[in-house]
Amino acid sequence: MSLKRRWRFREKAIESFIFLNGLLAVIILLGVLFLLLREGLPAFAYTSPLKFFFGTQWYPVSEPPTFGMLSFFAATLWVTLISTAVAVPIGVGCAAYLAEVAPSRVRETVKPVVELLAGIPSVVMGFIGLMLLSPLVQSAFNLNTGLSGLTAAIMLSMMSLPIIVSVSEDALRAVPNEFREASYALGATKWETIRHVCIPGALSGITAAIMLGVGRAIGETMTVLMVAGGALAVPLSPTEPMMPMTAAIASGIGNAVRGGLQYQALFAIGLILFLMTLSVNLIADRVLERQKQKFAR
Amino acid sequence: MLLNTGWRIILLLFLLVLAVTGCAPQESEPSGSELSGSFKIIGSNTVTPLTALWAEEFMKMNPKVNIAVSGPGSGVGIASLINGTTDIAQASREMKAKEYEQATNQGVNPYEIQVATDALSVIVHPSNPISELTISQLSAIFTNEITNWKEVGGSDAPIVAISRDTNSGTHVFFKEHVVQMKGLDTENKELEYGQKVLFLPSTEGGVTEVVNNPNAVFYPGLGYLTDEVKPLAIKKTADDPGVLPSVATALDGTYPVARPLLYYTNGEPAGVIKEFVDYCLSPDGQAKAIEVGYVPLQ
Repeated sequence: MSLKRRWRFREKAIESFIFLNGLLAVIILLGVLFLLLREGLPAFAYTSPLKFFFGTQWYPVSEPPTFGMLSFFAATLWVTLISTAVAVPIGVGCAAYLAEVAPSRVRETVKPVVELLAGIPSVVMGFIGLMLLSPLVQSAFNLNTGLSGLTAAIMLSMMSLPIIVSVSEDALRAVPNEFREASYALGATKWETIRHVCIPGALSGITAAIMLGVGRAIGETMTVLMVAGGALAVPLSPTEPMMPMTAAIASGIGNAVRGGLQYQALFAIGLILFLMTLSVNLIADRVLERQKQKFAR
Repeated sequence: MLLNTGWRIILLLFLLVLAVTGCAPQESEPSGSELSGSFKIIGSNTVTPLTALWAEEFMKMNPKVNIAVSGPGSGVGIASLINGTTDIAQASREMKAKEYEQATNQGVNPYEIQVATDALSVIVHPSNPISELTISQLSAIFTNEITNWKEVGGSDAPIVAISRDTNSGTHVFFKEHVVQMKGLDTENKELEYGQKVLFLPSTEGGVTEVVNNPNAVFYPGLGYLTDEVKPLAIKKTADDPGVLPSVATALDGTYPVARPLLYYTNGEPAGVIKEFVDYCLSPDGQAKAIEVGYVPLQ
């Protein structure tokens, strides 16, 4: 009896601990949002939101300072789009190979190595980009300088690959074997099984993996700061030097005095960045929801 | 596998903590020196190699003193001084009136000490045929008015102009004295860095790009000169002779882009910080400055 009661107490304790953890995550998220709003919104009293977003001049230490972030936004879009376009097909393909095709010995060696890649610090990746990739990109595309959005995007795709591979592979392996057997029984080939059964079946996991990868590409700071080139012009081509939003924040926040105009403007960029990642997540949720309905029986 | 790695990291951290706590009693052992304490120096990327050397030497002489040096940029240092998060701000430019005002508002009273001088060298790739430029040509290059080396007498190749980011004192100093041509007849305070200029987070990054890129031009401090890059002789105006950056030309005032390197403290330095500043200014400390490529005060 007392043993049973002790168990129940333990159960309750664990339950409330988990609940508190969940609550904490929500509180932290709201706190971040509150901070961004409090520090960032005053910037719009100096520059109107339209001018702030569509302005192309960013001279925070001039007199008077001008804040226009269109070039940063465009740079973030370029870098994110290209790195996603490179990383997603390779990552999902690699995951499909590991989960469906590779013999278990290959999988058991390759997967840990890929996961280890995720642990390389971004500053090291930036260094590799600076020393190895940027001269390569420069000569391959015949550019004035290898410090460009393209170089940054390639580095970023390498950084998001391990996450995409690892999470998608887990999702593919979670697809019940009966599905595959049924597909083979219908006479489908391996490729048809992967394409029409395994990948749709694991789609929610694969979408999550892609979102994690895109999130890394949008939010990554150190590497883009080091190799994207940091030019202020609105980038019309990915091979131009550019400064993504995260790099602009990182390179400016140090000398911004707390509460000053530059500080507020950088927080405003942070706010927009936050809204961007939030909308990416919301869109992913919608896509998943629709997919689930499609497969609902 | 992931779990395994996680446990390994935790174990490693644990060992690290053990090692650190194991060291602790050693630190409290009495040593010959009376001086003890720890303080932070944050600021200019240009001054950092010099400050780091001084700090090392000073800590060797006074084992109980602990100095932390970091160099994200002069602006960061000054902002940290105003925010009260550093003891010394190292800067490669003077504080602006607005920053003094912000400091006073926060109850901080900046005290300026010049610790050395620096000649800002303009460097290009050794294969670049250009060997001298006037300040107004440099201004045109960094405002993107001139975008091809042939316009200043070089080969037909695009110019890749590289600057430090806005954190940097060098960024601000170069903008005032070269881009806006301060003190010349052609001075124009409206001029800004051009939109095609690359802004890099560190001096090392800029030097690396010049080493790799035959079309690049960048402006590091004298201390960053190596054999892999070529410094340009600078002419104040087209009629003046070109002067190469060096300790001698900076000291006699003939090199046009020289500037003071400064420390800022909150009020006059006292205690261990005063001892450190005194060491930097001593003949011994100033001799160290020449060793690493900076210009001493005298």
